[in-house]
Amino acid sequence: MTLFRNVVFIAAIAGLVAGVVLACMQAYATVPLILKAEVYEQAGGGHTHDHGLAPAAPGSNAVSSAVPAEAATAQEEGWAPADGFERFAFNVVANVVTGIGFALILVAASEFAGGIGNWRQGVFWGFAGFAVFTLAPNLGLPPELPAMPTADLAQRQIWWTATVVATAAGLGLLAFRKSLPLALLAVALIVAPHIFGAPQPDSFESPIPEGLHHQFVVAVTLTNLVFWLVLGAVVGLVRGRLTGTATGLRENLA
Amino acid sequence: MNTASVSLGASVSSQSRFVQLALAAFLGVFVMGFVGFSHIDAIHNAAHDYRHSMGFPCH
Repeated sequence: MTLFRNVVFIAAIAGLVAGVVLACMQAYATVPLILKAEVYEQAGGGHTHDHGLAPAAPGSNAVSSAVPAEAATAQEEGWAPADGFERFAFNVVANVVTGIGFALILVAASEFAGGIGNWRQGVFWGFAGFAVFTLAPNLGLPPELPAMPTADLAQRQIWWTATVVATAAGLGLLAFRKSLPLALLAVALIVAPHIFGAPQPDSFESPIPEGLHHQFVVAVTLTNLVFWLVLGAVVGLVRGRLTGTATGLRENLA
Repeated sequence: MNTASVSLGASVSSQSRFVQLALAAFLGVFVMGFVGFSHIDAIHNAAHDYRHSMGFPCH
């Protein structure tokens, strides 16, 4: 299992670095917009989703009569990290863990194609990851803020997954098969999920201002772009060092 | 696209190579799916900002 161990090692380092970078970017670019949207969400009532209200509720008698209702909602939705540092810390953990997950997929896929040799190749592989996991699914399902109207969650998750798989297959065919029919099939695969169409909400009426949402879409797209470029580049660097020492050793022994 | 001339774990057979890479990719998909797509409330709440910030389907 040397290969598996090496893949996990590279993915762990790349995921850790890129995940921390992404979490820091999110703290400035996307999370403040989510917090703003939650103000609209709470003002609108309805489906709330309150973080940090659970710990605030007991003993805070000074707060208005709205508290019991909010506490009840928080109870219904189960445990949630408290606002502030705890919420930030959980976001960092989520970023690092999924960063390693994305890195495992990226490293495994690139090894099938011969491996990422250096940081520049890594940047291109990272860009492919960005196209597959961010650009393609977000065309049909733009990043949403809390309180925005959405279609059924399970249906959106199925569409998201299918789009990612189809786009990855399409890009792979385009990059690694040199035949015109397969290239045409690749384009069809990339386009198909969007012709089929993402599940849409019944009504687009939203308490979230259009400007805030637009800002959020831009922030999500750019932070993800940087994340994927860093992820690919670090994979290339670490893999280069690993194989570099391996060949160096081989040359020394020869 | 250029590919690297040196591969990781060069000594393993192609079948074992496939299994190990597939295993790594599967592990990655599982980790991503658990954090990003799990319907368990506590997981959803912990990774809430992350899911929104990645454009994952949420709520």
